[in-house]
Amino acid sequence: MDYKKKTIILAVIATLLTLLFVFYDLSGNIGYILPRRIIKVVAIILTGGAIAYSTTIFMTITNNRILTPSVLGLDSLYLLIQTVMIFLFGSRSLVMMSSKLNYVFSLGIMVLFALVLYRLLFRGEKNNVYFLLLVGMILGTFFGSFTSFMQVLIDPNEFMVAQDKMFASINNVNTDLVYLSIGMIVLITLYFMRFYKYLDVLALGKDDAINLGVPYDYVVKRLLIIVAVLISISTALVGPITFLGLLVVNLAYEFLKTFRHFYIIIGSMLISIIALIGGQFMIEKVFAFQTTVSVVINFVGGVYFIYLLLKENKSW
Amino acid sequence: MVDIKHVFKKYNQKKVVDDVSLKIEKGTITSFIGPNGAGKSTLISMISRLIAKDDGEITIDGQDILQAKNKELAKKISILKQSNAINLKLTVKELVSFGRFPYSQGKLNKEDWEKVEEAIDYMELRDMQDKFLDELSGGQRQRAHIAMVIAQDTEYILLDEPLNNLDMRHSVSIMKTLRRLVNEMGKTIMIVIHDINFASCYSDNIVALKDGKIVKQGPTCDVIDKCVLKDIYDMDIDIKEIDNQRICVYF
Repeated sequence: MDYKKKTIILAVIATLLTLLFVFYDLSGNIGYILPRRIIKVVAIILTGGAIAYSTTIFMTITNNRILTPSVLGLDSLYLLIQTVMIFLFGSRSLVMMSSKLNYVFSLGIMVLFALVLYRLLFRGEKNNVYFLLLVGMILGTFFGSFTSFMQVLIDPNEFMVAQDKMFASINNVNTDLVYLSIGMIVLITLYFMRFYKYLDVLALGKDDAINLGVPYDYVVKRLLIIVAVLISISTALVGPITFLGLLVVNLAYEFLKTFRHFYIIIGSMLISIIALIGGQFMIEKVFAFQTTVSVVINFVGGVYFIYLLLKENKSW
Repeated sequence: MVDIKHVFKKYNQKKVVDDVSLKIEKGTITSFIGPNGAGKSTLISMISRLIAKDDGEITIDGQDILQAKNKELAKKISILKQSNAINLKLTVKELVSFGRFPYSQGKLNKEDWEKVEEAIDYMELRDMQDKFLDELSGGQRQRAHIAMVIAQDTEYILLDEPLNNLDMRHSVSIMKTLRRLVNEMGKTIMIVIHDINFASCYSDNIVALKDGKIVKQGPTCDVIDKCVLKDIYDMDIDIKEIDNQRICVYF
């Protein structure tokens, strides 16, 4: 069975699950339940898609399959931005600030951060990829510590609001932002189309990419911005789910057994949607909201991560 | 013609390439020899714009490599580096087809596929074209990479230690292929090589580097010389003439 057929199978499963999620046990006030379920499912598809899509690009840029964009420190930065706003202006201002304004503001800072990081990264002749990881990890840790520091200082009631902002799950997904996110993702995808053809070549590594005429620095910088925007979209919608990207992109590579990014991106997005909708369905119907989908994803992702490490270790 | 004028490269404070000027004629094999750390790989990487030079000018057929469009330059000059650790699920044929990227931007037409087929036949990879790269031996993988460079169909080809980790049989076959590329297809090849006997037997010109400077450059017979080699490697090397080939005895 080739990768094209497998992609179609994934698409069928994802569609069936989506329909099941929306129409399962549909009784009572349909006019109220149905729109809510649809907006939830759209949010899940957007998040899952954005995480898978950005992780695929990131793994290709770094030529490494056990890295996710969280190593850039972007989700820690998002948490820091939220905490600083609460710390400085109080939670009521955050409530007063429209969530759209919050979203645009966070997005702007994250993109700016990616640009600055890029400047540091591609200056001189350093081994860019490892320098990127190092700086990203250090800054991510710094943002994390700074966030905890501020959370300790603020009023406990304010802390509750901060907490609520930070550990968002799909159960209380921010529906206001769904429409905005659809727009952003369409725009970023249109922008991405210009660079899409380079991905397969970039996967060969920097030297081969330059040899084959890819304007390397230019393309990588643009792709990094695309990754930053996609990550902030998914973070704003459900909060950080680090392992989801790692899990789904690797599963897509293992399952499809191809290097073609067209299929890997689509396949990983579909797997991501299957995992999130399937997980959410289980949580709502089986676990009766006892846990959140990110807990399940992180557990499965953690096990898979260890498996990857052991496998890589054996091949050395 | 590749024209290199007063090129410098420093890593931190250490000069790796120090005022190198050089002209490479079309239709020749030029070997770069010298001890480890002489700046051979750095020089060849600068010619192929993989790394930036600090100062100087490099032109290819009169055009500055920094001014040229990436896409156009990739149709003119190609480089094969020594480390080719690609961890993708790629078949030989798929790898070779990447060589057509500068022309097709990923959408290969009939002519592109013909070039790919030609390159596969040229490197005698027909019977393993659908095998994955990670199933091949080092020598076969190296041949697949050279096939990709052939499919790229550039006038100038740079190779950084293509014989690394290869046995004699594969080394000889690769050098013979390079010779054929020059003789039959009029390519210009620049190669970094450690084994001076391979350099002596297969190249037209040799550039000897030491500490970032050119010690000697010229036709092979001028450089494979007792005094010159003593200068480069700090050891006494006996040179024997066998069947009109100069063979260095350094064991």
